[in-house]
Order: sequence, then structure tokens, then C-alpha cells
Amino acid sequence: MKISALNRKLHRAFGGRVTAALADGCIVLRGELDCWDDVVRAGQMAATKYATCHVVNDITFTGGKDAPMRVPALQDDALDGQAPDVLIIGGGISGVSIARELTRQKLDILVVDKECDLALGASGRNDGEVHPGIDLGRGSVKHKYIRRGNAMYDQICKELDVPFRRVGQYVCFQHSWLRPAVWGYCMWRKYHDGIADTELISGRELLRREPNFNPKTRFAISNPDSGCVCPYGLTIAYAENAVQNGARIALNTAVLGMDVADGKITAVHTNRGTLHPALVINAAGVFAEDVARMADDRFFSIHPRRGTNSILDRKAGAFMHSIASVKGNDMVSKTHSKGGGILHTVHDNLLIGPDAVETYEKENTATYPESIAHVFSKQKVTMPALTERDIITYFTGVRAPTFEEDFIIERGRRTHNLIHVAGIQSPGLTTAPAVAEDVADMAVRILARERPVAINPDFDPHRPGIPVLREMDDATRAEYIAKNPDYGVIVCRCEEISRGEILDALRSNVCVPTVDGVKKRVRPGMGRCQGGFCSPQVVRIIAEYLGVPLSAVRKSSADAPITFGPTKSGEVQA
Amino acid sequence: MMYDVIVIGGGPGGLAAAISAHENGAHVLLIEREARLGGMLKQCIHDGFGLARFGERLAGPEYVERFIDRLEELGIEAHTQTFVTRVEKTPAGFAVVTVSRDGVARCDTRTLVLATGCRERTAKQVFIHGTRPAGVFTAGTAQHFTNLLGELPTRRCVILGSGDIGLIMARRLTLEGAEVLGVYEAKPTPSGLTRNIHQCLHDYNIPLHLSHTVTRVFGADRLTGVEVAEVDETMRPIPGTEQRIDCDALIVSVGLIPENELAESLGVPLDGHTRGPVCDGQLMTEVPGIFSCGNALHVNDLVDYVSASGELAGKSAAHFAAHTRDEVALTISDDFGYLVPQRLDRTEDNSGVTLYFRSAAVLGPCRVVLTIDGKEVWSRRYPFLRPPEMQQLTLDFDKLGIAHARDAHFTIEVAEA
Repeated sequence: MKISALNRKLHRAFGGRVTAALADGCIVLRGELDCWDDVVRAGQMAATKYATCHVVNDITFTGGKDAPMRVPALQDDALDGQAPDVLIIGGGISGVSIARELTRQKLDILVVDKECDLALGASGRNDGEVHPGIDLGRGSVKHKYIRRGNAMYDQICKELDVPFRRVGQYVCFQHSWLRPAVWGYCMWRKYHDGIADTELISGRELLRREPNFNPKTRFAISNPDSGCVCPYGLTIAYAENAVQNGARIALNTAVLGMDVADGKITAVHTNRGTLHPALVINAAGVFAEDVARMADDRFFSIHPRRGTNSILDRKAGAFMHSIASVKGNDMVSKTHSKGGGILHTVHDNLLIGPDAVETYEKENTATYPESIAHVFSKQKVTMPALTERDIITYFTGVRAPTFEEDFIIERGRRTHNLIHVAGIQSPGLTTAPAVAEDVADMAVRILARERPVAINPDFDPHRPGIPVLREMDDATRAEYIAKNPDYGVIVCRCEEISRGEILDALRSNVCVPTVDGVKKRVRPGMGRCQGGFCSPQVVRIIAEYLGVPLSAVRKSSADAPITFGPTKSGEVQA
Repeated sequence: MMYDVIVIGGGPGGLAAAISAHENGAHVLLIEREARLGGMLKQCIHDGFGLARFGERLAGPEYVERFIDRLEELGIEAHTQTFVTRVEKTPAGFAVVTVSRDGVARCDTRTLVLATGCRERTAKQVFIHGTRPAGVFTAGTAQHFTNLLGELPTRRCVILGSGDIGLIMARRLTLEGAEVLGVYEAKPTPSGLTRNIHQCLHDYNIPLHLSHTVTRVFGADRLTGVEVAEVDETMRPIPGTEQRIDCDALIVSVGLIPENELAESLGVPLDGHTRGPVCDGQLMTEVPGIFSCGNALHVNDLVDYVSASGELAGKSAAHFAAHTRDEVALTISDDFGYLVPQRLDRTEDNSGVTLYFRSAAVLGPCRVVLTIDGKEVWSRRYPFLRPPEMQQLTLDFDKLGIAHARDAHFTIEVAEA
């Protein structure tokens, strides 16, 4: 689309309040709008599918103000003066998977994340589906990586010792008359786009496999290659393997600014000192645009999109054992993220959602009742047995799409010691293993121009996970308990987690000694009582392990104390 | 090793069951997942327990200590810090598989008493939205921190729900110097006992806001405030009545749910009203040889009733002999919240069946009526019935003619104004 045509279109929609201009190979939108949905609409009008000429949003939004980026309270100079070969900004799935692939070389790799744990952005707040790519057409970056990423999952999860199940995904249809059109769509995807596992199955076959699905289902698209993984579990495992192989991870470390000279980042300022990395990888999720701006290399914009998932009691897990997604009658979806669905997780809960709501708030992960109601009404069509009564908790994640709705995986355009891994949203978890390989290659090639990069002869792809006692047979479990009696002391009754497993989490090489950190690693508090019974005990185990008072234990960040010190009567139980 | 009775759960219900089973001649094993016996009473350091049973006002630990002492005196085998991972049916009864520091064990038994207690409904389960900060506690968790770990979980809090634990915690936290800004209750009437409303709220000038609920919490790290709103008759928040209250904790006391996951794994049918097993007059569930008591059976308001049901279940388990049951259902009208037991086995002695019930709503002067085969056979007048206050009564069903009855139905007749 010519820029003049775009401007006419924008004029018709917004009456001159927004204009577009070409600058530095980008479409820059300027103007002023007071409705965020209009800002998004303007961006979408300007965006061209699969284009490398991206939309940069400079529209002044007057309808609200996003809070400033949350920055940790911590201030020290622990990292000051360091000059890692590679600085990765962002401890999500992208950042840590790249770090792990980079440890195959002898490099000084540092991952920084401003949060108190890994995967606290979109990587830890999604449904964990390993997608088949049925909705992706040839030509997009997403498509380039989806099949390769999906195929890598068996091996990567084996190496990192995280549970992965190829449970298959179904898209259900209740109108037989849609069948020819859907068949055509699937054949196109299968033979044109290489989504090889796609097939159509009858309603009867679907109900044979998933008896609790809606009996009115006439047929369904089936993608047996789809699977599920614990998304934060995989992120943590990648990080632990990276650390095992020599990478370093600095949590509570926020990038606050950069010095750029002659197309090169010379200094990166953080709350923990100034670093001088040879190469920077921007894997900053919703803040990828902000990092690009600091690096003087902003050629895309992120528009955050919120989604809420509900977690259902494991008892509801018996209702279905796969993944069901919803599609509208029009096969080309108007919204760009997945329509949400029902997913049986590797921990045997059901996840319902997410929805997709455009928002200007990058870090607002609050939930709203409308999201739950909306998602349930949609998903009950697939499986009428669903009920809100089985909800044990719910959470919101914020996706980080560009207006082109595609990934940006490329070297900086103006700044050359920079690689962007930006615009990562669904299916970013699926593509991560493949993207990590390519980005690591890209990084090594850039670094190799300056100096030789040697192979890391000690690289070990295997990360031993924490044993899951609950899933063992009696004999194996008894052996573990014989070696470590703490494995026989159950702390979390709902998820059957032992004291031994909690201590293992505290001893891991990316130790996050908080209630949430332990919960993410070994699951106490993930069950139906939501930590009601076990959280005081977990607090106590952490305090004893660290040798600190109970009031020094945090739920998550340093600003999240759980208790405020001894009561007047003091400790009752010795 | 074959036991006659394995009791799962070492709280007041399980302790009473183990003692009673032993006293009725059974070889008993008590299994408790925590390090110490006593269940929730360990942390209930306020007094008022045991009035009905001992005629004394005891603190929770004192009440339960009497049972623990008796258990030890009788030499009943009790395994603490032992967790039941599963129960299997065997030809002779059941095999209970446990883990403990000693490893994995398998114990065989003829009968089981499930005294697994209850858990608290959480903030998310009553659909409180917003962020996920530190400082959202169930009342029981706040009580654990305060009374067992000696740590103050809040300095300034709002309590949602006027259940008894919430009321007790309002007073407890006030005594510890925390500021309790108010207790909010979505229902138009309090959920806790009247005596607790007086002794825990009125005496400490803590306001009770009926027909109000908490809708959201704020704060990215520690909780910084909550949003409260007035609710309509259907308990939905009324738009425009929202108000933000600054505080550092939200304590929820919004109901208890009997824990029956183990029962369900054994195919024990549950009652949708009580969320406990459907039982007969001997507190045997629909699965022969499995008995239920205490708060796993239904949520009791007084521990004295918990002990009583434990005693009955323990005794029944000790005398259990496989037989074909001849059951009649005790059905209830919609005015009832629930009635326990839900059935009677006519092959058993039903001359002194203790019934527990709650009304579904607050009712004025009324008459509880039992009709058998359409004929009124028994009734009792009540000046009022309130859902928080559980009623107990003992009937001689044999005399009332249950032996040949086709149905037995309870109704509540509210007197005309």
C-alpha cells in the first residue's frame, strides 16, 4: 500500500488525527488519539502482512497512561564494569533458550531480567500449548519456525527433563455445511504450508476420543502433533541448563539505558552497574520496543494484548485429555492470537482460555470477571460439562505482538551489535527451541568477526530435573525416601509435594528462595487449596534453609513480605 | 498386618473414632499427615470448646489433648507425618498405601474411617479479581501464621466473610495489635455463630458490613488495598457502590469444603448439599466398610458434634459385618440446607439415630415435620432456624415405623405471620 493511500484511509477513519510517514524504512504513525482501540486499529491499518517495513507507533495516546516500568528496588554495583560476550535482556523462554544454545560455545553469557524470577512475563503466563501451526501461512517468520520448533520438543524436553505430552489438538465444528470449506483450508495448509499432521475427523471419531465433547460436533480438524508443556517449567529448565554450562543469570536486574556510538552499543546501564557487552540480544517481551529505543534501533512497535486463563481442579482434568481450540466460521481469524481453548496440562489440570484484549498497560496482569465469563461461554460450546465451579485460580498474561503480528528475529538495522527477538507471542513457546538455535548461530557469526569463538567441549545438554515423587511407583519412591527421608514428608497435600522436593528447588542453580519461586519449581500451593495449608510450612522451610526470620521470606519480589515479624505472644510452636 | 479399622485423619473426629473403635474391641491404626495429632484444633487457641461435652470452656489444644491422652493411654497405634497416597480395595477390605520418612508402607484393614476434615474456600474461588499480591490469606492460614508460627500476617486488614474462623481471627488480630478495618459479608445475615458476632466483633468495635463483598485486590507486590461493593439480593455487586479501602491484607473466611478426594477415589458417592459422603445412621457411606465423620462428613459448627460423629463412626466400623443393606432415603424439602444422615439401613438398629441439619435460609417460628409414607409421624417446633447454627436431634426411627416405610420425608413448615 502506498503511503498516500494509507493516509487517505487513516483520514477517513480518524479525520486527520493520525497521519503516516515513511522514515528509515518504517511506517511511522503520528497524531493524537484518546481511545486505545483506535490506536491499535490505526496500527493494523498501516501494517502489511509479512512486511519487513514495520509500523512504528508514535501516536500520542491521551486516554490513559501506562504506569512506568516496574524496576526492582535493589541498587548495587554487582555487575558494574563487566564485559560479557553476550548480554541477553529478558529471562523469558526466548532469552534463556538462546543462552542455553550459546553455551555450546565458549562464551561469557549473561542473562538479565528485571523481575525476581524467570518467566514472569508472557512465558510464564500462557497455556503451554505446543502448536501445530495450522493457522500459519507460508511467508511469516512464525511459519518458518513452527514446524521445526514443534518437532524439536520431544528431544529438548527429554534433555531438560521436563514433562511434555503430544496430546493432539482439535478444532470442532457443529455445522456439516462447513466441511468442504474447512477441508479445502486444511488441504491448503497441509500441502502448501507443510502442516503435515493435519486431518479431518468425523464427529463420531472425535467423540470416541473425547467423549465429553459436545455431541453436536459434526467434524473436527485434528492435529496430532500438538502437545503441551509447562511453560515456566521449560523456561526454568533451559535456564538451569544454561547455568550448568557456564552462563550467568542476574535477576532483579533492569536495563535502564544504553550508550550507543557509531552503530554500536558501548554501555548498558542497569540498577546493578554499567556493563560493556560485545553483543546484546533483545528478548525483552513487552519491553522489546523500549530496549530497541535505548539501542537507537527502534523500527517496530509493540501493542500489548492481555489474555486470561482459568485453571481447573485436577478432578476436571478427567473431562478431556487433549487440546480443543475454537475457531469462528471465517477460517481467517480477525483476531491475531489464538482464540483460546481447553487444554489438559502436563499436571492434569484443565486450562481454559485465554481471551485477547488490547491494552496500553504492559505490566497490568490483573484479572477481570468479564474475561472468565467470556472464555467459559465460548468453551462450553466445545465441552458442555465445563463449569466455573471447578476453577481453582486464574491468571493474566500480556502478549507482545507487533502490528504485523509476526516475529522480528534479526540483527539491528542501525545498531550492529544487537539482535532483536521481538514481537514474540503465540506460538513463541513452540518456536523457541528452533529460534534459539538460529539466534545463537547469528550471534556466534557476529562475534566471530571480532575474535575466534571456540566450541565449549564441556557442554552438557542434559539438565537433571527435580524428582517427582508423586509420579513414581511405590518401589522407586521407597528407594528415594531411603536415600533422603525428606522425600517422605508431604508438605503440600493437594499436589503431594514433599519437603525433600522443596529443598531440592532451593538448592537448584537458579535459586529463587521465595514462596512463588518454590511453587513454580515443585508446585506446593498449585492445588485446590492454593497453599492454604502448606504456605506457612513452605515459608518456614525457606526461612530455615536461608537461616533468616520468617518475616524475611517473600512471596515474590523484595516488596512482597508475607508476615511482619513476631506477634506479641511470640512463637508458640518451637 | 491386618487392622480392623484404619482411621485416616488425626483431628478431633479421627481421634474420637480411633478411641471408640478401640473401645469396641477393634484393632485400630490412626494415620495423620501432620507431625502432630489434633488437626485444626492445634491452632484454635481461643476458648469455648467442649461446652456441650465436658461442660467446660476449653481452648482447642486443651480439648484435643484430652483425646490424645486417652489415645496414648489405650495404646492405640498412631502414625504421624504419614500421608495416605492411595487406598485400594482388596477382597478382605482395603489396603492403605502411605509415605513417611520411613518409606512407602501398605496396611490392610477391614474397614476405613475417613476423618479427613475440610479445607477453606479461597479468594479466587469466590471470584475476587485484580492482582496476585502477598497478603491474601484464608482465615485458617492467617491463624496458622499467628498462632502456630507466632508471626503477624497483617497490620491493617479487611476480612471477607463472617464465618466463625473469620470472626475469631478478627478478634485475635486485634489483640495482636493489628487494625481490623471491617468484616464484610455478602449475605444479608452473618455466617458465624451469634455469640462470635458479639464476642469477636461488637466487643472490639469492629464493624460488620452485611450485603457487601470484596470485588478486587490491588498491589503488585504486597497487597495495598481492596475494593468493596454493596451486593444485590442475588449477591452480585451493585455498580457504582465500589469503594477502595487501603490495607495490607485481605483475610477470607468464605466457607469450608469437606475434603473427600480420597473418598471419591474409592467411588464413595457424595451429597451435593453437604459435599460429604452420603451416609446411613451408622455413618457408613454407600461403599460398605467405609465410614465418614467430622467435617469430612459435613461442616460442623461445634467440635463436640465432630467428636460425637467420630465416636459413632468408630464404633460402627468396629462392629462392621458385611451384609445386604435395606435402605430408605431420608429426603428433605428445599427449606433444608442439608440433613445428615441421608439414608437409614433398616437391617440396623435405628432406635436412636442422631440427625444433623441446617436450614437453607433464616426462618422464623417453624415446625420440622417428618412424614413417613405420606403420614405425619413426628414434628418439633423451633422459634427460629438459622443456617449458621446446625441443629441436632435424635429420633427413634424404629418406633416411628421405618421398618416398612417406602419413604421418609422431612419438611419445614413456617408459621403464618
